[in-house]
Amino acid sequence: MADPMRIRAQMAGDKATVRVLMNHEMETGLRKDAAGKVIPAWFIQEVTAALNTKPVLSAQWGPSVSKNPFLQFNVKGAKAGDKIAVTWKDNKGDSRTDEATVT
Amino acid sequence: MQTRHATVLALIAAAGLVVGCATGPTPADLDKQALAMIQASFRDQGIAKVDRLKQDLGQAACSSADAPPEAVAKQIEAEALATMRWPQGGQYIGDWREGEKLAQNGRGMTWTDATADTKANGAQCYNCHQVSKAEISFGTIGPSLYNYGKIRGVKDVADPASAAIVQYTWGKLWNSKAYAACSNMPRFGHAQLLSEQQIRDVMALLLDPKSPVNQ
Amino acid sequence: MRLIAFGLAAAAALAGAGHAAAEKSAADGIAEYRKMLEDGNPAELFEAKGEDLWKTPRGPKKVSLQQCNLGLGPGVVKGAWVQMPRWFADTGRVQDLESRLLTCMESLQGFNAAEIAKTGFDKGEQATLAALAAWISGESKGRKLALPQAHAEERRFYELGKRAFFFRGGPMDFSCASCHGEEGKRIRLQDLPKLTQNPGDGIGFAAWPAYRVSSGEMWSMQRRLNDCYRQQRFPYPGFASDVTIALGVYMGVNAVGAASIAPALKR
Repeated sequence: MADPMRIRAQMAGDKATVRVLMNHEMETGLRKDAAGKVIPAWFIQEVTAALNTKPVLSAQWGPSVSKNPFLQFNVKGAKAGDKIAVTWKDNKGDSRTDEATVT
Repeated sequence: MQTRHATVLALIAAAGLVVGCATGPTPADLDKQALAMIQASFRDQGIAKVDRLKQDLGQAACSSADAPPEAVAKQIEAEALATMRWPQGGQYIGDWREGEKLAQNGRGMTWTDATADTKANGAQCYNCHQVSKAEISFGTIGPSLYNYGKIRGVKDVADPASAAIVQYTWGKLWNSKAYAACSNMPRFGHAQLLSEQQIRDVMALLLDPKSPVNQ
Repeated sequence: MRLIAFGLAAAAALAGAGHAAAEKSAADGIAEYRKMLEDGNPAELFEAKGEDLWKTPRGPKKVSLQQCNLGLGPGVVKGAWVQMPRWFADTGRVQDLESRLLTCMESLQGFNAAEIAKTGFDKGEQATLAALAAWISGESKGRKLALPQAHAEERRFYELGKRAFFFRGGPMDFSCASCHGEEGKRIRLQDLPKLTQNPGDGIGFAAWPAYRVSSGEMWSMQRRLNDCYRQQRFPYPGFASDVTIALGVYMGVNAVGAASIAPALKR
């Protein structure tokens, strides 16, 4: 199971600003190792976020997103105490969900 | 003579310790301890062997914040001048296009490089110098070399009037310490970082009136 | 008519600025890019891992590192980073963070310190050290560097570090001072702090450990020094060897009073 994400969600006016740091190698599949062999592609393909189980964001990512990606987005209609859940799925079928409470 | 001097110092220091007053190590002691520490702290890796820590006169004398005494500096410069190897057939100038490639290339001679062959090395000019106008990613450790030949009035590299500049430039590239004992600039020829042909190409970049450096 | 003239004058002013403007906007552009990177420093992922590794019972002895003494007493982590390297009575040596962690991992947890020192960066327990360094330095974030020089050995190591800093060697005759001995210099477009004095808050010694975006790696000070020596075309410095610790003392003491921003973010 991959390492946990760091999620911070803070109210700013009527929106919650959510900042997510994801732990992922995001290997493009284009790099070669020291021996000249191609390092297999391994990257997040889908990111979704839910506010108290209601889906609020869906993203399709690819190999151009960098290693240990940082994602920031705003959610309208959130309030302190709400739960933000972020999920990623990668091309190997691995997946991770982490949660944070809006402050 | 030097060993006796060191022994006397050591005895004085030891006496100081025995008596109980904290004399501490002298600067000479610390110099010795530092060298010993450096020798003990490194190991071979790839092409980078611990013999790289062996200092020649210039390296040793220039290993402080202060410049070496005048006489030592002159000796370093004289010894460096004596190592000068002028190009075969008196051919000083090569191809500035190759020179620009070399100037852009900072690779070579580290422990991750497969070979110390000059073929694998760059001249790394842009690391420290401005060279052509177009390249804005340049360092400032050395002076700007933009318009190098133009400023020095080099209109024709074959002209005897340019000979002095051409020779000085070659000398500076081959062994910079011949002109400045503690120069920050690597000794590209003497340390076998670049081949004669590579240096010719860098020379062309600097001196060829057609080179972008002199536009 | 006046509008057009103004527009032309403005354009001329911009063009006249010429090369200088091109230089400034390149540096400005890079500064902007770095500002954008400031939020969401992936070093936080390593800090989280490091905290976990500190508190988890590990190694042959299955003990946590929570009794490790980083200079302020067993288990005291807050404020310890900015007082290292320092002299330790139990080992009778001046040690930096990585060296001290090796001591604790061996004595408390039963790991083989020599084996870890031989291991390549980011592999095995070296990855543990990088994460621990990120967290431990983060626990002193914002504090001013306050390396002690009360002990004679700490002062001696400062002097040894100074000499190492100026030691010229290798096929290119480089020393640390070749790049870091003068004010206002840069290599390519990378500014170089002058490390023979206090370079200011969050610069030089006060900016490491750091996450390097270009390689996606968490670099401790040992890693930073290792790569410096590689670029200097020196042979390989032993991990946590005396020369690396002495350099830490020299640079750290010079920077006393500067605020640490570790773990920082670098290109």
